[in-house]
Amino acid sequence: MYRSQLPITKIMINRYNSRTLEAICIPLAALLFSLLLFGIFCAFAGADPFGVYASIYRSAFGSWRAFQNTLLRAAPLMLSSLCTALPARLGLVIIGNEGAIIVGGLGAVAAGLSLSTAPPTIVQIAMAIASIVCGGLWIGAVGALRHYRGVNETISSLLLNYIAIALLNHLVGGPMRDPSSLNKPSSYPIAEINMLGDIPGTRVHYGLIYGLVACVIAYFLIQRTTFGFAARVAGGNIRAARIAGLPVGKLTIMICFLAGSCAGLAGMVEVAAVHGRANESLNANYGYSGILVAFIARHNPLAATLVAILLGGILASGGSLQRSHNLPDATVLVFQGLVFLVVLFSESLYGRFFKDGSAVTT
Amino acid sequence: MATEALGWWGVPLAIAAGTLRGSAPFLFVSLGECLTEKSGKINLGLEGTLLTGAMSAYAIAYLTTSPWLGVIMAGVAGMILGVIHGWLSQQPRVNDVAVGIAMIIFGSGIAFFLGKPFIQPSAPPLPALQFGAWSSLPQVQSALQISPLFLIGIAIAPLMQWFFRATRWGLYIRAVGDSPDAAKAMGISIFKVRMLCIIAGSFLAGIGGAYLSLYYPGSWNERISGGQGLMAVALVIFARWQPMQCLYASLLFGGAQAIGPALQSVGIDSYYYLFNASPYILTLLIMILTCSPKRTLNGAPGALGQ
Repeated sequence: MYRSQLPITKIMINRYNSRTLEAICIPLAALLFSLLLFGIFCAFAGADPFGVYASIYRSAFGSWRAFQNTLLRAAPLMLSSLCTALPARLGLVIIGNEGAIIVGGLGAVAAGLSLSTAPPTIVQIAMAIASIVCGGLWIGAVGALRHYRGVNETISSLLLNYIAIALLNHLVGGPMRDPSSLNKPSSYPIAEINMLGDIPGTRVHYGLIYGLVACVIAYFLIQRTTFGFAARVAGGNIRAARIAGLPVGKLTIMICFLAGSCAGLAGMVEVAAVHGRANESLNANYGYSGILVAFIARHNPLAATLVAILLGGILASGGSLQRSHNLPDATVLVFQGLVFLVVLFSESLYGRFFKDGSAVTT
Repeated sequence: MATEALGWWGVPLAIAAGTLRGSAPFLFVSLGECLTEKSGKINLGLEGTLLTGAMSAYAIAYLTTSPWLGVIMAGVAGMILGVIHGWLSQQPRVNDVAVGIAMIIFGSGIAFFLGKPFIQPSAPPLPALQFGAWSSLPQVQSALQISPLFLIGIAIAPLMQWFFRATRWGLYIRAVGDSPDAAKAMGISIFKVRMLCIIAGSFLAGIGGAYLSLYYPGSWNERISGGQGLMAVALVIFARWQPMQCLYASLLFGGAQAIGPALQSVGIDSYYYLFNASPYILTLLIMILTCSPKRTLNGAPGALGQ
């Protein structure tokens, strides 16, 4: 058959295009389908699904004020998602985001309190570095255990979450405790002047910039550098990578360190821009939501920024669901769970609608 | 607590009592996970199952005033989550660990959503058997109050061991877990065997949840499980995929969990939270000591996580 006789669609939807089309259509369809399921769930719970959708939209993206709330929640989600997305390139499933956030926050507080007389810029840089180092070492240890001892990274990072929570409770309840915090044990507060301010003209703090910049850097690191290329090769086939002489162990530990430092930075943002001190609010489930962001974005750091904003919007709407529809605050958790399940199912759809070569299957 | 009267002797006694009370949830989730992993799949979502089980048990026990009906319903609720996990994790290119994380979020969301109205009212607790009547010390008497559910769990462990070793179905499960291709050649449906194992494992985890809300600590709230379901995976590795060793591991973990409160009762509370984390630290240490990058773990099903 001559090429010119092929139907036009078959020529247009070549291999590259069909992949792009899938990468856009399938996640969108998954989100729509999970909205549908969530609507059915709400209807069973006695709420009007369309009213619920409307108020999620209104309180997440409806006005500039609402959208700023969304962005506030998106900032730590972007950083947290990198903690899962980066190691995923090596084929590692790391879910220790929560622990790294907490440890990073603790490091930031310790730096902020011990340097309280230095100029604010220095203090902020020190807090950022402390959180990056603490979070990085925390998840870097997971990578090292994986490489040197063969310890399953998913489970060790999970256990470290609980150890981090215990460490947080121990420190803010004992050695770091501010005696004036009665009902909610907290560390001493960071001086107002050393806090991360808001971006001028908004109520959104600079954490958003941190998140966006980290995602862009992560994207370039993975897609455009030899380091990223080596990581992707090792993730694809570890034996081939070893034969090619790639330092798999060093790569594993480095990637895990970077992943942890991103989550640690999220902890610093929470401490230095939102709470002003370390307390149990650090353990705010941004870790688990970050895992979800990474999976929906298919571990692509640029896509993670958009997904984080979307999920940040859903998180921001929790309060209004409680007020205007009398739904418990766990509704948002159910929604997240449904989205996650549907997105995972959608993984099995890739390559099913478009044949690898050229044509659309009918 | 009247432990002060015993002085330092109160500490081992309190740890022993805590072991007898606190091990049951570990036992049920680890047996459930053991059954699941023997068939070659990992279910990380047992935390969600445990919470859903705890919530449904409490709600049903409160509504029907029958705690045992609550226990059954907890198992059934666990099975429903098991069906979702079993089906989803066997789709092509779907990672069972990721499904597990999703099921943690979904299961705990469902549990908190439906369980909201049941935080305040009090449900009838499960009855306890008194084994301590021979002692005149009230501490010993209260330490030897044992839930029949715990005894059932202890009975399941050797039964499951025998089931894997000596029955045809046990052989099927081991074959599917060790070498799916060989199992397929034997004419076994891998999908069905794994599905049934995951459902049965989730049933056990649901029962573990019922123990939490109806016996110890015996109330329903959102912090009731505190990661015990997540420990299942680590416990099974520690137990080398042997049901009997799951029993010993659960007793060890229940005991480790009781160290913090026991020391607090004699006035040592400066490291309370760190002692509370001891089951997690213990698991991590054990994994560091026993794992090796050179070989797969002894006793691990051959096709686990593939």
